[in-house]
Amino acid sequence: MEKIILKLKEEIIEVLNLSEMKPEDIDEKAPLFVDGLGLDSIDALELTVLLDKKYDLKINTVEEGKKILYSVKSMAEFIIANKKH
Amino acid sequence: MKRSYIISDYCSIRQNAVEVNNHIVYNGSGADFGKFSNDIYKNFAVNYPKFHKMDNLSKLAFLSAELLLRDKNINQKYSGDDVGIILMNASSSLDTDRRYQNTISDRANYFPSPSVFVYTLPNVVIGEISIKHKFYGEGNFFITEKFNPSFLVSYVEQLFNTETIQCCIAGWVEIDGNDFESLVFLIEKPDKTDAGIAIFEPATIQDLYDKKK
Repeated sequence: MEKIILKLKEEIIEVLNLSEMKPEDIDEKAPLFVDGLGLDSIDALELTVLLDKKYDLKINTVEEGKKILYSVKSMAEFIIANKKH
Repeated sequence: MKRSYIISDYCSIRQNAVEVNNHIVYNGSGADFGKFSNDIYKNFAVNYPKFHKMDNLSKLAFLSAELLLRDKNINQKYSGDDVGIILMNASSSLDTDRRYQNTISDRANYFPSPSVFVYTLPNVVIGEISIKHKFYGEGNFFITEKFNPSFLVSYVEQLFNTETIQCCIAGWVEIDGNDFESLVFLIEKPDKTDAGIAIFEPATIQDLYDKKK
């Protein structure tokens, strides 16, 4: 779990161009949107694409997306629960 | 009779220093803008997570406005509708345009990043400042070959003269790679400011611009 969380943080920093941030600056339990990192709908799209491209995982509904993209931890849990190999 | 408006405050961010009203408030190396802007952000404890997502032009303009408006209680003095933002530069959003082009130039690794794409317009910086400070007044970003004081003064004066705005953040915000400079003014009507720096007129702001070079 910790490994995936660290990897996810690095990937989020890369895809969202948070170039001056470090993984330790991101609280894995903090909400990604509005509070926490203050992400928005464009970023939700980036994170959805990240899950698809890097993990071959799709988010099927808006409601599902809200739960999965709530925090780095919830994203990591989704990846672990749906690992394809 | 021609009406004049006052520069209440100004902020300048250049290669090695941040200056507010002729006082150096921060010194550092601007050789790497990313690091320099992050150091300024941390030094002044700005605490606005969206900052980290911004492109470099937005970061430069955002920090300039942030330090310009620091401790000014501008939202108590003016309604958000009365505050305008008029900025200009020479390079538009080319810095980010190039970065975006990199995300689509390799057919084998083709990924048009939305989070980069949203910054491929210079006027997005006005949105970033407006969102933070809840300003809803006139906003415009002009591209001019070089710092153009006559145009800036005439445009801002017209907004004041027509009562479109009561207060204005106006200036020059230029960045291309690690080459950057900003000079941003807070402009008010004479009866709305106790101590101004100078009259907002072309010769004065050209002089301030040249001195900061």
